[in-house]
Amino acid sequence: MHSNSSIYLFGTCVVDLFFPQAGISALKILEREGIQVSYPQAQSCCGQPAYTSGYLDDARRVALAQIAAFPGEAPIVVLSGSCAGMMKHHYPTLFSGMPEETSVLQFSARIIEFTAYLVEVLNIQLQDLGPAESVALHTSCTARREMGTLHTGRELLRRLKHIDLKIHDHESECCGFGGTFSVRHPDISAAMVQDKTAALRQCGASKVVSADCGCLLNITGALQKQQGEPDHKVPFAGLHIAELIWQRTRGEPL
Amino acid sequence: MATHPRRAAMKTETLHDFTSRSRAATADGEQRKKFRSAMDFLIGKRAAQFPDTAQWTALRESGQQIRQRALARLPDLLAQFEKKAQQNGMTVHWAETPQEANQIIHGILQQQQARTLIKGKSMVSEEIELNHYLQTHSIKALESDMGEFIVQLADEKPSHIIMPAIHKSKQEIATLFAAEIDDTAYTEDVDELIQIGRQALRRQFLNADAGLSGVNFAIAETGTLCLVENEGNGRLSTSVPRVHIAITGIEKMLENLADLPPLLTLLTRSATGQPITTYVNLISGPRRTDEQDGPEEVHIVLLDNGRSQAYADVQLRQTLQCIRCGACMNHCPVYTRIGGHAYGTTYPGPIGSIISPHLLGLEETRDLPSASTLCGACGDVCPVKIPIPELLLRLRVENVTRAGTKDHQEVMRGQGAKYRLSEKLAWQAWSLVNVKPALYLASRRSVTGLRHLIPSAKSWTQVRVMPKIAPQSLHELIKAHQEKKS
Repeated sequence: MHSNSSIYLFGTCVVDLFFPQAGISALKILEREGIQVSYPQAQSCCGQPAYTSGYLDDARRVALAQIAAFPGEAPIVVLSGSCAGMMKHHYPTLFSGMPEETSVLQFSARIIEFTAYLVEVLNIQLQDLGPAESVALHTSCTARREMGTLHTGRELLRRLKHIDLKIHDHESECCGFGGTFSVRHPDISAAMVQDKTAALRQCGASKVVSADCGCLLNITGALQKQQGEPDHKVPFAGLHIAELIWQRTRGEPL
Repeated sequence: MATHPRRAAMKTETLHDFTSRSRAATADGEQRKKFRSAMDFLIGKRAAQFPDTAQWTALRESGQQIRQRALARLPDLLAQFEKKAQQNGMTVHWAETPQEANQIIHGILQQQQARTLIKGKSMVSEEIELNHYLQTHSIKALESDMGEFIVQLADEKPSHIIMPAIHKSKQEIATLFAAEIDDTAYTEDVDELIQIGRQALRRQFLNADAGLSGVNFAIAETGTLCLVENEGNGRLSTSVPRVHIAITGIEKMLENLADLPPLLTLLTRSATGQPITTYVNLISGPRRTDEQDGPEEVHIVLLDNGRSQAYADVQLRQTLQCIRCGACMNHCPVYTRIGGHAYGTTYPGPIGSIISPHLLGLEETRDLPSASTLCGACGDVCPVKIPIPELLLRLRVENVTRAGTKDHQEVMRGQGAKYRLSEKLAWQAWSLVNVKPALYLASRRSVTGLRHLIPSAKSWTQVRVMPKIAPQSLHELIKAHQEKKS
């Protein structure tokens, strides 16, 4: 039913650099659904780091470069919720009242977050070939609030038959990443991610998935650091939801 | 304006020490546990008051409209309020700065030959550091709100705008009472502690020469002050002494009495999770001849202190919609980790981070706009829909933008407080890399152009491992994948 549909994939710079497997997994999932996926090599970053640091002109310049990299009308599927939020909701603010406003609005209307695309557009059915496993879901604040993708993430995990979705304490609370916040206020950020990882470990899951790679960078970084600590001998993995879906629907070991 | 020493000291501290204060606060495990459980309790109480999303949406929509409608006409409303209040027999004073406000209040007290002032809860009086000012002029100001009383006994500042002593455990309060209140034995029984506090306070009311209160709302049409409270001390502070002085920020105006009920219900539910407080006081003037109680004189001090700066900009004006419920603090993961004192300002938390730059200037508060992950929890719970994350972003722009450049509008005091040429150039380099595909592709190898994405090693690796750059980027992997396919 979806064959011949064409979409663009926006990988995000964090996926590009740190989680390329998430991008490849997403690509393979989409192609398996018969979707033609274009990945413009000219794409880079959505501009959010400059935007949230107060450098609007630099953010605009980067935004315009992304807009130029994705011509036409095809939907743009974004692998991170907060980058999707930037492109969908903050680009229009950034160019409000400027000559580019109309074209920016057209671009922003094409943005869709990855899990929302799988559930709401493709209504994807997943055949879970993996063993029973407990997994927690972390939804980034921007994904949750701006993009409303909390339910689509949950729905995807529900469609994986052998996954037991675990709810962790203070699930809706920020992990403490906040882009440059984690660098500008490292102590507060550290306190937040330590509470987040403690809650994840306590909820009975053995891994956490997210559709937001900024949060993953933060959470997995903390989980790995804790690996050496006496209380945390058991590995606890963090990965992009696309990776989990691809692995389990291929029956590959986790 | 002459700055008194304590204020100067606080300012210097505010400037440089947010980082060290937040470090100390996050390192204090006991305090973090206390804040977590206190905030969770308040979050639960509030949530129980707004079970119906549609009703909540409609109510806060009306709250926002009422506040925006009033602010759109603020100069008119202030004039109308002044006239009406005067007709009602109250005296209206205008203060541009904390110093002026303190002098006005001191002047009134001098006229009364007052030696003691009993105070109901007022954050504006904290803002102008009234107690300290009066102390230097040999007038004793006594806090009568239980939380404020505890904080004053401990010689501290409030840690929260609604619950000033939320940072204190019952053990700490027990120790404090036993040490500071005469003939008091140590007890951890909360009911007993409250009784001890109340008894100590009651003695003060009867002896005070004048009373002072804050104001929750001021109604222009009728010249009425509205005060909400739970303990009765506000009512005593405003009616037992011969003189009542009310102090308020100029933004608290409402057009008419009909605007009050929706805001009251939003305020109390958002703040403490109560459908209504024990006392709602409406004060429209001094005691009339046929009345048995109430003050003989009522004075109102209307304080600007930077509010007109926020007012001058339509986007920043939204800051003044605030009804001081504190819900944004209760829901803020940053506030929950560090508590109110770490901010170093009278108003802590998300609302403090957007109002304090107007009160103190961005030079003094430069770290506050970045003290948020922009998670959005504050904006979600704000009963009058202040877009706090959006305003934080705006202040971040103000922080790094020098006067006379694009995106700069000449309103903010201390604009460009965080401007550094090196940072500006770094972002320019970053943007250049991200608009030139060839540079972007090349820079992934060296990573120099993407350094803003790579957290600085020291701060990051305290609790996390350094992220590893993948051997092959997604760009490369997809290129290979596509070549294989074709």
